[in-house]
Amino acid sequence: MNSSFPIRTQAGSRTATEAPSAIKVDGLVHRYGDRVAIDGISFSVGEAQIFGLLGPNGSGKTTLFRILSTLITPSGGDATIGEWSVVASPREVRKNIGVVFQEKSVDVKLTAAENLMHQGHLYGLRGAALKARIAQMLDRVGLSDRANDKVETFSGGMLRRVEIAKGVMHRPSVLLLDEPTTGLDPGARIDLWQYLRMLREEEGITVLVTTHLMEEAERCDRLAILAQGKIVGLGTPAELKDAVGGDVVVFDVADPQAMKQQIEQRFRVDATVMAGRLRLNHEHGHRFAAEVAEAFPGEILGASVNKPSLEDVFIERTGHRFWTEKN
Amino acid sequence: MATHSTTISTARRAERASGHTAPNPGIVLPSLSLWWREIVRFYRMRSRVIGVIASPLLFWIVIGSGFGDSFRAQTAAGGQRYLEFFFPGALIMIVLFTSIFTMMSVIEDRREGFLLSVLVAPISRTVIVLGKVLGGTTLATIQGLIFLAFAPLIGIHFTLLRFASAVLCILLVSFSLTVLGFIVAWRLDSTQAFHAIINLFLMPLWMLSGSLFPVSGAASWIAMIMRANPLTYGVEALRASLYPQMSGGLGLAQAACLMVLGGFALIMFAIAFVMVNRRRATPSA
Repeated sequence: MNSSFPIRTQAGSRTATEAPSAIKVDGLVHRYGDRVAIDGISFSVGEAQIFGLLGPNGSGKTTLFRILSTLITPSGGDATIGEWSVVASPREVRKNIGVVFQEKSVDVKLTAAENLMHQGHLYGLRGAALKARIAQMLDRVGLSDRANDKVETFSGGMLRRVEIAKGVMHRPSVLLLDEPTTGLDPGARIDLWQYLRMLREEEGITVLVTTHLMEEAERCDRLAILAQGKIVGLGTPAELKDAVGGDVVVFDVADPQAMKQQIEQRFRVDATVMAGRLRLNHEHGHRFAAEVAEAFPGEILGASVNKPSLEDVFIERTGHRFWTEKN
Repeated sequence: MATHSTTISTARRAERASGHTAPNPGIVLPSLSLWWREIVRFYRMRSRVIGVIASPLLFWIVIGSGFGDSFRAQTAAGGQRYLEFFFPGALIMIVLFTSIFTMMSVIEDRREGFLLSVLVAPISRTVIVLGKVLGGTTLATIQGLIFLAFAPLIGIHFTLLRFASAVLCILLVSFSLTVLGFIVAWRLDSTQAFHAIINLFLMPLWMLSGSLFPVSGAASWIAMIMRANPLTYGVEALRASLYPQMSGGLGLAQAACLMVLGGFALIMFAIAFVMVNRRRATPSA
């Protein structure tokens, strides 16, 4: 069952590559010494998409992010931003990307406007054009009234907005963000996604965002799910979830192993034991749950039936839960 | 969704075709920007400003007056009082401390994440060295000049030429030591490690530079080390500007001392340049 996934997702990526792609990753490999962090990754992102890289810690998404942002050179393969290769023309790539790191990169001793000014200078903007762009960006992220306040007085959400304004100062075609909502409260998270969508609309920017949060991944146009340096799922969130098919049924039972065998024999289905519970996919989850409860009276302590979530996609593709991955 | 993204990308392509992408930033503008940031940051941290100017002043007065008349340099410094003899050494100390410790900001920039955003900008890494080092050099030179303003108090009066040579000397010492600080700071990730490494050779560098005692009176093996110390030439050149009537302990003309300093500055900068321009498989920040 685990190996049956790529049919739908590859169809998804084929339609995407027909449009010009803003980001193209081709057979990328990266090793830190003996440890393989990225193990042959390929995908492409169409223009003006919001593309998510979903994976637990240690899945390789930060390494991939560092390669795309030209901080490190890959051990093998290549990636292109527009027409530029991160291996062969990092300088041109840098002109075309805006990068928002997980760590804050603003200078807290400077004001919001000063931060944007220095950033503009690093990209060759100057004079009246720079001034106008600073005002425009501060306005877009709703910080015009705080332009001349030192950044150290800002809240976490405001800080992130300065980061984003900083990242798109030079009108890049691609904006890369590494776990942008880390440390933000739920309100600020929602805000941040609104700003990202607004930038996509108003600047026509392609956004690539790494995340370990399912609910964030749900907001992306397309998604690559990473596990242990490989892509285990690629497509729109809906496509990925549809590929799991049917319903996800989870039973609470006293002895999951014994019950697994009994259910598998009787109903001819594949079930897995995960975190002390028994789970399986079934086309008609509700009916099936009722049948099982009837067949084994008193032994089913609880049951839940859900449409597949992205976590279910992850479980199906990797055979284990999202958060049990070792770092 | 598909139609929506095509309209955007058409607009976007038109925009880019009309030359709307970021221009080539070159070296001057980004370097100046980083240089200015360095100075603004420094003066926004008042405790640092006070510490850097007050401590050497205190040092000079206490040590200089403490020795008082019990030390009279006989050969090199003629019949100077120690307070006078020690003045250039104290000034060099200010410059030394300011230069090297401003480069702690390289580590702060790395820890605070600022360096990352500079590393992914389409600029040459040389810009990073130039911006940081020129910033540090400016700050150290300013501190040195402030101290120099106390010179008339001990009866030193400048001609324009002597003043200019003193400034040039301070500038060269500031620059080379700032680069040295940069080199040490570049691969470090904690300010504690920076302190440990710097303290290991900062004090010997200063003590064996002719600041505390002249080369001419030192034991021969110490004198050899002093001659190998680039800072000795800075102290010597500065002393020549302040007390032109005294012959230096090194027996070298001031111009020669300045040339040695200039050579040292070039070598330091070359090392920093090579170090920073190496692209690696692991991140630099």
